Amino acid sequence: MEAVHGHDHAHDHHGPTGIMKYLTTTNHKDIGSMYLWFSFSMFLLGGAMALVIRAELFQPGLQIVNPEFFNAMTTYHGLIMVFGAIMPAFVGFANWLIPMQIGAPDMAFPRMNNWSFWLLPPAALLLILAQFTPGGPAGVGWTLYPPLTIQQGMSMDLTIFAVHILGMSSIMGSINIITTVLNMRAPGMTLMKMPLFCWTWLITAYLLIAVMPVLAGAVTMLLTDRHFDTHFFNPAGGGDPVLFQHIFWFFGHPEVYIIAIPAFGVISQVIPAFARKPLFGYSSMVYATASIAILSFLVWAHHMYTVGMPVQAQLYFMFATMLIAVPTGVKVFNWVATMWKGSMTFETPMLFAIGFLFLFTIGGFTGLVLAITPVDVQLHDTYYVVAHFHYVMVAGALFSAFAGIYFWLPKWIGKMYDEGLGKLHFWLSFIFFNLAFFVQHFLGLAGMPRRIPDYSLQFTDFNMVSTIGAFGFGLSQLLFLYIILKAIRSGEKAPQRPWEGADSIEWTMLPTPAPYHSFEKPPVIR
Amino acid sequence: MSTASGNALLLRKLVVIAVAMFGFGFALVPIYKKICETAGIYDLQKADRLVNTQVDTSRTLTIQFDANTRDLPWTFRPLQKSVQAHPGEMVHIVYEVTNTAAVDKLGQAIPSYGPQIAGQYVKKVECFCFARQELRGNETRQMPLQFVVDPQLPRDVSVITLSYTFFELPGGKTRGES
Ligand code: HEM
Ligand SMILES: [Cu+2]
Repeated sequence: MEAVHGHDHAHDHHGPTGIMKYLTTTNHKDIGSMYLWFSFSMFLLGGAMALVIRAELFQPGLQIVNPEFFNAMTTYHGLIMVFGAIMPAFVGFANWLIPMQIGAPDMAFPRMNNWSFWLLPPAALLLILAQFTPGGPAGVGWTLYPPLTIQQGMSMDLTIFAVHILGMSSIMGSINIITTVLNMRAPGMTLMKMPLFCWTWLITAYLLIAVMPVLAGAVTMLLTDRHFDTHFFNPAGGGDPVLFQHIFWFFGHPEVYIIAIPAFGVISQVIPAFARKPLFGYSSMVYATASIAILSFLVWAHHMYTVGMPVQAQLYFMFATMLIAVPTGVKVFNWVATMWKGSMTFETPMLFAIGFLFLFTIGGFTGLVLAITPVDVQLHDTYYVVAHFHYVMVAGALFSAFAGIYFWLPKWIGKMYDEGLGKLHFWLSFIFFNLAFFVQHFLGLAGMPRRIPDYSLQFTDFNMVSTIGAFGFGLSQLLFLYIILKAIRSGEKAPQRPWEGADSIEWTMLPTPAPYHSFEKPPVIR
Repeated sequence: MSTASGNALLLRKLVVIAVAMFGFGFALVPIYKKICETAGIYDLQKADRLVNTQVDTSRTLTIQFDANTRDLPWTFRPLQKSVQAHPGEMVHIVYEVTNTAAVDKLGQAIPSYGPQIAGQYVKKVECFCFARQELRGNETRQMPLQFVVDPQLPRDVSVITLSYTFFELPGGKTRGES
């Protein structure tokens, strides 16, 4: 996407060129593009790992990889997708969109913005290096539970450093976003006039600042347990491995909303644009998002129903978890009500948004099922959980990222993508996603455990279906790459307002494609 | 106030929040211990108080003993493989541990139970697992274990396995001392 700047519109920004331009850029658009390309390459890497997992699970028995490598694949697939693909993708959106949507010239701290991006490639490099260290890659799962984590080789240390760096990057990015949103709005752009995407990122950034440091603390404790004879999690020295799970999930549950909330923001802008109606219940959306964020701190132990908590604690976490479904339901209701009696059209962004709505809701329902303690005791660590979180993270967060890319691409590069191919990308993704993951509900209900390279014979058919779906899904994403490259190379010129229902100020007050520097003079809002 | 100085001020506040939350992660360690203590959640290294000493002669349990070591050049075994006992009855047994290396070693035994639920019903009065064990080179030591199985134990449990694993303590501290 960045390739088109420079020559497409003759704006005189001198300075370094080539790689130096990207190493030193402080422009929010360049940085946004770098985040998105980084995220996409991590998505392909993590996807390749997922395909190793699915290839091994195509048949029972061990055929392709050994169990240690299989465990490493589940570990790094999870870490890379969460920290390398999904989170940076939405930071990329934030960089591109927030200044344009609130009428600011750039982010509040452009130089720090450059740093937060350039921390990512070294972290990714560490995660890749961790595959080739003596002792083999760590096979502990993305949740990094001790005591196993304490017993791994050097790979674990590289992984822990990578998590530290990724955490630093997120915290710096969040500080930038909060400051930009709170201090840099154009005159007249009150908080309650901001496009919802800015609201969701403001809330997400606060969540990140609150929980990424807790994760950093937890992995630091792992590191000192490994090398400096502390015993935070080592029972022999008076520590407790369950303590790690509490600290991890105190971070981990808010983390799942860090992934979901910016996705809600994108959807809240795409649906009104294609329903040609303003978002239903704007302020209730803001309040619902804020209450989801607050509640997300109070439910972490629903990931730990089987560790032997007192029954009162289990009851509390069960009811608190179910409470989150209320604000989430408000949001789904508002999206549906926005479409109600709208004059809808179904271009690719809208298809992905509706796909999101459908599938995310299924994921929310399976979450509610898992929230029920006695049920979860059966389903915990089975494929049902895997199905649940892929419905909310892939069909939720990833689909909304696709919706957002197709929606804003014309604004970013001034050219249209190929609508036919975009729709094809949606349908392939939608069908193969469901093929890959819907059957995993059945596998989980029948008792197939997650993170195990072998399984008993009766699970074979569903696993074969799931593997076929996964390969289809993975290959469809190459089509996405082709669509984007084609749009950049030879896309038709985009009209000023390609979507007639899109009415936030990046569409109404800036030319298409967006100029290199957004609002050098603050616009006057209303 | 100019935007730039406003931004810098907000930056400082947000950094303080982030640093405080890093500290909070560590503060969770003592908070967790305190909560477990207050809630009376099972502490591995403390003797239990016996409340109900009624012997339930209507059923007999088989209690099996198991012993393992990890990273330690020790041999470790119970002198009896299993006993039969009624719930509520005091059981004494002895474990023997030998340091086969010539150097001194420090170890800590950690219990685990099969089925897991039995853990909360095995009430230990005396156990070598309450303290770390320091063995000189080639020393052999016999260590007592005394416990009662609480008669509240669910009726469908008739066999309990009590397993200990000795972990090496590289000069570390146990909770008993800190
Ligand atoms: C209505 C909302 C939701 C509810 C009630 C809910 C509930 C749950 C529960 C109870 C579990 C634990 C299952 C187990 O391990 O046995 C779980 C796991 C998980 N959920 Fe959700 N969830 C919800 C939404 C989400 C969202 C929006 C995301 C992310 C975008 C998400 C991501 C995850 C992940 C990643 C796991 C598995 C973590 C792991 O063990 O690796 N959930 N959920
Ligand atoms: Cu959760």
